[in-house]
Amino acid sequence: MGHYSFKLPDLGEGIVESEIVDWHVSVGDRVEEDDLLVDVMTDKATVELSAPVAGTIVRLGCDAGEMFAVGSELILIETAGEGEAVISPSPSAAEAATPKPAPSVPQAAPVQAPEPASHKTTISHVPGRHEILAAPSVRRRARAEDIDLAVVPGTGPAGRISNTDLENFIAAGGMQAALPVSNQSAARSATTEIPLRGLRRVIAQKMVAAKRNIPHYSYVEEIDITALEELRQHLNENRKPSQPKLTLLPFIMQALAKTLPEFPFCNARFDDEREVLTQYDAVHIGIATMTEKGLMVPVVKHSEALDIWQSASELSRLSAAAREGSARVDELSGSTITITSLGAIGGIVTTPVINAPETTIVGINKLQDKPVVYHGEIVVRKMMNLSSSFDHRVVDGYDAALMVQALKRLLENPASIFV
Amino acid sequence: MNTHRKCKVLVVGGGPGGYVAAIRAGQLGLDTVLVEADRTGGTCLIRGCIPSKALIHAASRYEELLAHVGSGKLGISLSSAPELNLVATQQWKESVVDRLNGGVEGLLAKAGVEVIHGWATFADAKTCEIETADGGQTLHAEHVILANGSSVTELPGIPFGGAVISSTEALTLTEVPEQLVVIGAGYIGLELGIAWRKLGAKVTFIEGGERILPIYDKELTRPIQQWLKKHDVEVITSARAESVDQDDVGAVLHYRDKAGELQSIAASKVLVAVGRSPNTQGWGLENMPVDKQGAFVQVNDQCRTSTRNVWAIGDLVGEPMLAHKASAQGEMVAEIIAGHKRSFDPVAIPAVCFTEPEIVSVGLTPDEAKAKGLDISVGKFPFAAIGKALTMEAGEDGGFVRVVARTDDHVIVGIQAVGAHVAELSGEFALALEMGALVEDLAATIHVHPSLSEATMEAALATFGKAIHG
Repeated sequence: MGHYSFKLPDLGEGIVESEIVDWHVSVGDRVEEDDLLVDVMTDKATVELSAPVAGTIVRLGCDAGEMFAVGSELILIETAGEGEAVISPSPSAAEAATPKPAPSVPQAAPVQAPEPASHKTTISHVPGRHEILAAPSVRRRARAEDIDLAVVPGTGPAGRISNTDLENFIAAGGMQAALPVSNQSAARSATTEIPLRGLRRVIAQKMVAAKRNIPHYSYVEEIDITALEELRQHLNENRKPSQPKLTLLPFIMQALAKTLPEFPFCNARFDDEREVLTQYDAVHIGIATMTEKGLMVPVVKHSEALDIWQSASELSRLSAAAREGSARVDELSGSTITITSLGAIGGIVTTPVINAPETTIVGINKLQDKPVVYHGEIVVRKMMNLSSSFDHRVVDGYDAALMVQALKRLLENPASIFV
Repeated sequence: MNTHRKCKVLVVGGGPGGYVAAIRAGQLGLDTVLVEADRTGGTCLIRGCIPSKALIHAASRYEELLAHVGSGKLGISLSSAPELNLVATQQWKESVVDRLNGGVEGLLAKAGVEVIHGWATFADAKTCEIETADGGQTLHAEHVILANGSSVTELPGIPFGGAVISSTEALTLTEVPEQLVVIGAGYIGLELGIAWRKLGAKVTFIEGGERILPIYDKELTRPIQQWLKKHDVEVITSARAESVDQDDVGAVLHYRDKAGELQSIAASKVLVAVGRSPNTQGWGLENMPVDKQGAFVQVNDQCRTSTRNVWAIGDLVGEPMLAHKASAQGEMVAEIIAGHKRSFDPVAIPAVCFTEPEIVSVGLTPDEAKAKGLDISVGKFPFAAIGKALTMEAGEDGGFVRVVARTDDHVIVGIQAVGAHVAELSGEFALALEMGALVEDLAATIHVHPSLSEATMEAALATFGKAIHG
């Protein structure tokens, strides 16, 4: 008989301790590999840890609700095989312990908190790497004032930056003035520097990657949702107490789930390194959600298998979890298509950025009463625009237009969504 | 009994990395605890740099005196040979160590650092159990600075013990070994081997590489090679030490020579000096979620490990394993913890070999610069043409100063020197690199005449023009 010491892995961001939210096992329980062991809360999500080996639970590190130090023995498991002795936590152990990190965590929606960049110091005797020539005192002062010496003009021989050069640079407005575009109003001089950190930095990186790699093709269509709104009102007025109130979004999700099988390239993820497009039978719809920390994308899994009421409850549960920060990692990843809605704020057209590596994002614009020509007469109808973007590498404009038109037909004839 | 307490900064290891970090942290008003199992000062002060320099100094003095016996050298004759009382030499050496150790303790106390003499073991990243002579205590630290240092590397097949010694024991011998075999002709092996040669031992080096000090170029190491040859020190290169047999009187070392033939050599002591390994075992590193890079703890340019508020410095985080690097990192980390914005961004970390003669290297050697694709010019000036060197008998050892600069903008990318006393020139070399000096800066700085540093100025002049005395 051997013993496996399961230590609390570092769940990201170099956290030192995590809250043990709930135990799924107790001492004496027999567990199989991958059985759920414990829920652990990090500062961004609740993570489920599962058993890396099969065996019997000998000891638990603490009670639920306690804070527990990363690297300490969380669970001791008696295994059948020879003693693997004590296995210390390693990044791979941490990965293995995180259950089903849906397609793959790095690709997931922008919820991954950033790792504090932990590059190995290369202590090289390499003056050549200092394209910047400056004395240690100048370098230290620049560091203290968050000045990148690369943008400071050096007036000394070989472009050496003197302390005077640095002072002149600061007097001339420092980094803010050195940036190519200043959005400061001319009459005001104060500046606020906000370092890009955490989720915001991840969002920035993801957006840049998406815009740089994906040739976006955007298509806007106007939808008459007068009939859909009548249906929605009817359903809401006649719903059972147990049923949630319906917003427009679940209808669009239902319509998408019905449309997408005809347009599988829109319900897909494109791995541009391997040049492989993976089309999914399942429809996992990411819902772009504004939270205090920034944009998060909880995912309604298997929308094709949910009815309108289930869609609505799942939607409200997930968006609440994302806003509260209690969404699990697997609830924040694995989408195959994404919906973004700014309709409540207004705006007639958006150009949504694709949630890479997906191929399609559907944007919902403001619903408003508009005079339109309907059956030969000018009447007031409930109109709404859909602004969608597609990855033009794998979705042709023609096909994208057909997809939106199919969606339009369903939304304008809502009964057809459900038959 | 076990007590629990908290502190702001816990420094593990009282070497030149750890004690400097602790002093600076204390000076900055941080509640700081330093844990050290041995005396403060670390490998450097207790069994490394300092005692070896003391021994080297004594050995050189002894050798110098020997040269005056009956010879009338410089007009000075000794009528009888100097007597070596090695026990007294060791006592003097220890007095130097004791004095410096006392100094470190005093500085730590002055900075308000609490020093705990004991063994620290981490239960997790921020919880440290310390075993001391009178029990134990548990420390919960907000910041942890790992400065655990390194230890001598043992060779498989040639375990330490008996006649097989490490640099630590080689510094404390109280009898001159008749036959000293040194495995490894790196800087530690050479410094100690040369010292013992001066004290009268017959010394042989067994080196795995093709030549001594493989990290330096041939031009730099030639003067040392000449010294070794002149003093009947045999250097067996491309040889692999395999095993050792020991009896009461000494040992026989078996090695494979260049041709792959098994050879044996008798030795009264076998000094294994094949390098040092970071101390990553035995203190709970495995309980901390800290990433490693090879054998070392991985850190970024602020010495942050992969766990927040756990820092690592010195030998533990990589080459070069030098005291002055550790100190610079320690000072920086303490300041970052205190809220200063710092990063570890030296242009160069100077390195010195206290061999005979000495070697200094700062920045890139010509070969390294060329390998990086730099178009360089090299200026060299011999000590044989420096007046002060001749007056100190330091002009005949083949020494020189060498300046390496970029051809396009004349920025100095490296300075090396070999020769007697050149270690003391290292400060100017490092300053030139850190300041981003051009060759002309060095050449136009008036250097004292007569002094060895004139060679630096002349080498700078020689890089793109002409030395005055060359």
